[in-house]
Amino acid sequence: MERHGLLSYLVGFVLAVVLTAIPFYLVASHALPPSRTMIVIAVAAVLQILVHLRFFLHLNFTTTPKENLLAIAFTAVLLFLMVGGSLWIMIDLHSRMAI
Amino acid sequence: MSANVTAMPSDHEPESDIHEQRALGFWLYLMGDAVIFGLLFMTYGIMVGNTAGGPAGKALFSLNNAALETALLLVSSTTFGFASLASKAGNRSAVLAWLLLTFVLGAGFVFLEIREFLGMIGAGAGPDRSGFLSAFFTLVGTHGTHVSVGLVWILIMSGQVFFKGLSLPVVSRLFRLGLFWHFLDIAWVGIFSVVYLPGLL
Repeated sequence: MERHGLLSYLVGFVLAVVLTAIPFYLVASHALPPSRTMIVIAVAAVLQILVHLRFFLHLNFTTTPKENLLAIAFTAVLLFLMVGGSLWIMIDLHSRMAI
Repeated sequence: MSANVTAMPSDHEPESDIHEQRALGFWLYLMGDAVIFGLLFMTYGIMVGNTAGGPAGKALFSLNNAALETALLLVSSTTFGFASLASKAGNRSAVLAWLLLTFVLGAGFVFLEIREFLGMIGAGAGPDRSGFLSAFFTLVGTHGTHVSVGLVWILIMSGQVFFKGLSLPVVSRLFRLGLFWHFLDIAWVGIFSVVYLPGLL
């Protein structure tokens, strides 16, 4: 049990270091064109957030209480609606004002 | 209910129920905090181009500083994990040592951030300079304030572990502090991925 917990934090730490080092290296070295680097940054960020949720906050589908999973799913929907909707409106407005 | 928590640590059944309820309550607070950060990220994304003739991210941000802040926060998240493990094992002095290390790393992060902010304000790039900088200071400053509150909380919990020992209520509070601390590291992943790396690209 104890060993399992230690392993969880160490695996999470190593994965987080790798997922941090890749985007920082790409920005420092300009190894890829900016548009591709942006895609790598976004993918690495999403993966790293999942790594933190799994290995540091210990979220999973067996031991985490249903209420907590429901709350995080609801928050994800809220964020999708509010952030996505606001960006949609503001970017649309921006392009119309620019004419 | 609150009398129960402080009184009888031997009474296991209701204690652990209360722990579960409070963990859920704190989890709901964190989800509310996630919405706040999400909306601040959105505001930053909209304002990032509005530099009003002032400096943009490329002239202001330092990749080394951002990398160092990231390293400090990630290592501190891991050392807090070790404190949680030590609390499960009932090792009081190890909990205190890991909490102290977490505090030092977190304080280093806050120091680097304040130094960066003061440098920017001194160079005439304060929050009043442009919409971009208002959004930047609001987003990154909100995160830094959270980390500073977390540092105070770590000190308080260190005191409780030292004076009260690893009683069930203290371990339960440590657990919620852990949720808070790991959550702040997740918010920071968003900040270096949305603010610093794209700004320096």
